[in-house]
Amino acid sequence: MTLSKKQRKMRNRILIAAALLVLVKLLPLTGWVRGLCCLAPYFIIGYDVLRKAALGIVNGQVFDENFLMALATVGAYATGEFDEAVFVMLFYQTGELFQDYAVGKSRTSIAALMDIRPDTANLETENGLETVDPEDVAVGSVIVVKPGERVPLDGTVLEGSSTLDTAALTGESLPRSIRVGDDIISGCVNLTGLLRVTVTKPCEESTVSKILELVENSSEKKAVSEQFITRFAKYYTPCVVYAALALFLIPTVLLAVLPTLPGFLAGTVWTDWLHRALTFLVISCPCALVISVPLSFFGGIGGASKCGILVKGGNYLEALAKADTVVFDKTGTLTKGTFAVSAVHPEAGFEADQVLEYAALAEQYSTHPIAVSLREACKSGMDRSRVANVEEIAGHGIMAEVDGKRVGVGNSRLMERQSVNWLPCELPGTIVHVTIDGFYAGHIVIADQPKPDAKEAIVQLKAMGVKKTVMLTGDTKEVAHTVADALGLDEYHAELLPADKVTRVEELLKQETGKLAFVGDGINDAPVLTRADIGIAMGGLGSDAAIEAADIVLMDDQPTKIAAAIRIARKTVRIVRENIVFALMVKAIVLVMGALGKAPMWLAVFADVGVAFLAILNAMRCLYTEKDKK
Amino acid sequence: MKKHYKFEIDCANCAAKVEDAIKKIDGVNNATVSFMTQKLTLDADDACFDEILQKVVATAKKIEPDCELHL
Repeated sequence: MTLSKKQRKMRNRILIAAALLVLVKLLPLTGWVRGLCCLAPYFIIGYDVLRKAALGIVNGQVFDENFLMALATVGAYATGEFDEAVFVMLFYQTGELFQDYAVGKSRTSIAALMDIRPDTANLETENGLETVDPEDVAVGSVIVVKPGERVPLDGTVLEGSSTLDTAALTGESLPRSIRVGDDIISGCVNLTGLLRVTVTKPCEESTVSKILELVENSSEKKAVSEQFITRFAKYYTPCVVYAALALFLIPTVLLAVLPTLPGFLAGTVWTDWLHRALTFLVISCPCALVISVPLSFFGGIGGASKCGILVKGGNYLEALAKADTVVFDKTGTLTKGTFAVSAVHPEAGFEADQVLEYAALAEQYSTHPIAVSLREACKSGMDRSRVANVEEIAGHGIMAEVDGKRVGVGNSRLMERQSVNWLPCELPGTIVHVTIDGFYAGHIVIADQPKPDAKEAIVQLKAMGVKKTVMLTGDTKEVAHTVADALGLDEYHAELLPADKVTRVEELLKQETGKLAFVGDGINDAPVLTRADIGIAMGGLGSDAAIEAADIVLMDDQPTKIAAAIRIARKTVRIVRENIVFALMVKAIVLVMGALGKAPMWLAVFADVGVAFLAILNAMRCLYTEKDKK
Repeated sequence: MKKHYKFEIDCANCAAKVEDAIKKIDGVNNATVSFMTQKLTLDADDACFDEILQKVVATAKKIEPDCELHL
């Protein structure tokens, strides 16, 4: 346990005061001598509280925690409860110390999570490598990133290849491989090879700086429950103080005036009521409540960022917990946004593999996305010597000789040009027809593929009680229908222009009772991201537009992270509620006990600092997410 | 103009009270005090920003004498 200087000083004061208190207890002292002896530990432990209380009176801050503690203990002292006054102050300071330590601890553990910005960069200069501050590196200069080092600035790889650990940014544990010409993002750890990188962005605009700024400023946007609790505290303290005043004055006056006493007054004297009123003052301190709520949200935001989910404020976490409609953009969100072969339909007399292989070989020099997906789908290696006389017919396709056979690969127009009878396909997507030696060999369907975890994401969302999942797309009805069916979405709307998406979301917003989350890839859906209750952008790595427009940014592009984000949000909100209910209940119980004269003052102190400490421990659970359990 | 400052403050409730009081200062458009990150975000009129900042410090000190604003 490492304590700060301030904390060590407080610890020593507590120990000395405690020792003195025990000593006074052991000595056979009575009356005012005892009171005088108790002054020593009392001042040692409470001088700062008394000082601040005095300043509080000067500044008109009478509902200040220090003032209340001072009043309560001075009052106890005045009524001859010397030991108790010292003990209460001692207990209060101990509690404060624990609280301070716990908050400091949680601050550092969240800060450690965010410790992804390297302090130095290896800059290439005329005199060899120089270690400099990343802030001093100009755009266009070359830096060297050694294996094991964290990439300090965004750039492009000039030389070398390696694998990158992006876990700190995306929560993804699988390393990513990187080569010459690839973009490299600050905050990743270079695992294997030496890299020379041309810097493309100044330090303050680098990905890592943006992420840090986003998370650090997230506490500006306060959640409703946080606002509620500070507002509550504003009224709670004065109310309890007035109640304390009433608790003292009314019985005292009644005791003096009434000839026969009612039951609750029988056998009491006015100092009893003063004592009860002082107990009230101690309970009126609101810190336990006020501290636990922002701490929970801060923990939740920290925990989420550990999983590659950046949340821009506690309010969004709170809204996300209530999400019951999730609207998805299709391309790039639920689907990969890249083309891949989804089916091969050979004609009778041809093999699927053969059709695919011939098509891939014929297209092997093309850079068209369709050609790329054909080559990727073809399992056999590409032997260039098998192909000759490649001829590209613009707007139609490609003719080539493969293994001496005349192969045609292209759209229906190419088929008509060759006067071949081609067959339409029932599957959605781009259809590539293939002819071999003038005969129709079949067709290949190329379509955008759902992401591998897209279906799982929908299943998880449904399992956690999300009522409606909707897909919006600019694509055709057929494509939308197939994807929506395959993934098990409740609703889809196809052939939408970006402006239509906003209208659709507005309609859905009217229907819903809970909150609506929109998930997009951040490219040209910024208006929708802003319109939805919670805008979630995916694949935030490197995309400034997404980080700007969204409330929550998923650093990688896995749809299951949406479910994970909702789980974290719900857990955080649950912990916040637990803390509020726990703190309020303990306070209420101790208030009632105090009014009945059953609560000693130290219990009142526990209701303040003890509860705060427990609430902090509970709040720290927000920081631990499912990722830690793996 | 919006600016961030490091703001050392020891108690959560004081932070909330300081925030409340700063918001009421003339010329302050918005202010947030984060107890967790120990930060003050001040959004105030450009013209008399420095003057406002002085008032902010005075207000904060009045509520919590032990707080410290790093300018």
